[in-house]
Amino acid sequence: MRRQFPLALVFIIGSFIGIQEFIPLDWAKSLKGFLLDWTIVIGVFAMALGLWSLTKVSMDKISKKSDDWQYSIVTLAGLASMMGFSMYSWATGGIENALSGYMFTQFFDYVMVPIQATMFSLLAFFIASAAYRAFRARSILASLLLVAAIIVMLRVVYLGDLSTPINAMADWIINVPNLAAKRSILIGVGLGMVATALKVILGIERTYLGRD
Amino acid sequence: MAKNNSSNDIFDRMLTIDRRWIFILLAIVVVTVYIIEPTVPVLVTREVQQLYDHIESLKEGDVILLAMDYDPSTLAELHPMTYTVLKQCFKKKVKVLVTALHQNGPGMADQALRETVAIHEAATGDTLEYGRDYVFLGYKPYPAIVINSMGQDFHISFPADYYNTSIDSLPLTQRVHNLTDLDAIINISGTSATDYWIAYGAAAYNVPLGIGVTGVMATDYYPYLQAGRIFGLMGGLKGAAEYEQLADNVGRATAGMAMQMWAHVLIIFFIVLGNVGYFMTRNRTGKE
Repeated sequence: MRRQFPLALVFIIGSFIGIQEFIPLDWAKSLKGFLLDWTIVIGVFAMALGLWSLTKVSMDKISKKSDDWQYSIVTLAGLASMMGFSMYSWATGGIENALSGYMFTQFFDYVMVPIQATMFSLLAFFIASAAYRAFRARSILASLLLVAAIIVMLRVVYLGDLSTPINAMADWIINVPNLAAKRSILIGVGLGMVATALKVILGIERTYLGRD
Repeated sequence: MAKNNSSNDIFDRMLTIDRRWIFILLAIVVVTVYIIEPTVPVLVTREVQQLYDHIESLKEGDVILLAMDYDPSTLAELHPMTYTVLKQCFKKKVKVLVTALHQNGPGMADQALRETVAIHEAATGDTLEYGRDYVFLGYKPYPAIVINSMGQDFHISFPADYYNTSIDSLPLTQRVHNLTDLDAIINISGTSATDYWIAYGAAAYNVPLGIGVTGVMATDYYPYLQAGRIFGLMGGLKGAAEYEQLADNVGRATAGMAMQMWAHVLIIFFIVLGNVGYFMTRNRTGKE
């Protein structure tokens, strides 16, 4: 029963979600909306679970003095302070001010934003180094990749009259070979998704049930 | 003989430049260009022009949904797009609904809305009224599910807006019930939410969709552009700069183009250097 019930539930709901797109009746749409709402509710519980998990893992690292345990203190301090600022704003100014209080906004604008922007900016340095090492004309295919990369990169470089033909070449690379490759990948992924969904609905794929 | 050895040595060095030199030179180039602030002409591509033209074709009172699905990591590329699209919509008196389906996005979306409203009001003297001219719906988890449910009824996914006001009490959301009531969706995204907007929003409910994505994501969406699934595409800082040019709203993206251009020139220089070294040492190995 512990295995049959979830399998039956997945079969009924999965089949319904699949065929309801072809049922032009209000009850089918309402039922789909109701089921989708459940997913959002589950998502909220997943957030609570994530919060508990992060706290537990960080506390464990601190208590055991594992490698780099000091970073866990920063994680917990960040978590507690942002939640604290938000709750304080909520308590003093109502829920509409929970995410726009002074301290919450200051920490978001002057800590969170620069940290995330810095992490993403570092990518430019690694890409520069990786491009220098990877783009070598070692074979015909590597040479093609090298030429295509340089043309597409030159798209953002203004070279006067030369920019027009270079842009045209870059557009061709993006719209013809790139498009062909992307399309074939998309079709492959789409077919894979359909196959996986059918396997789950029909109970062939059961790993989501766990090992018990 | 000694001369040959020294030239061989140079080519060997070209092949094995320490990455710290690349990092330092890139930093110097970016900082120098940032200080000098040179202007760089930006050529407008067809996909950005199409996006601009579509928004320009909207009439006064039309409603668009601006979905801001990104976080601070992609702010430099995507925020200029948001600002320009918002300013264009306000200028054309197009009503705007805003969502932020990334957990770190709502604060930025709120800030962008407040700033563009203030800029518009200062520049034109018009007053934009919250609830009548624009509404910020905020964040809900699971973008695919939220988009799917918005297709059926906005009021299910967002019973209240970001500021916890019931959307039944706001004039704009009283007349917009689901995605089919929209005249366009503009998705500015640094996440896979764009895929969901294409599949569950635009395709399922036949709503015109335009997108603005990061530079590295842009090539993924050309198949949808060619198939007509999206009416326009802004890719990365260049796409944002092109849009700024079209909207006559030169700002942060246009300023950033000079840095991006010279960084690209440096990267191309290093690639060429590496290949010269590779060919020269390969020929030498062949002769030996």
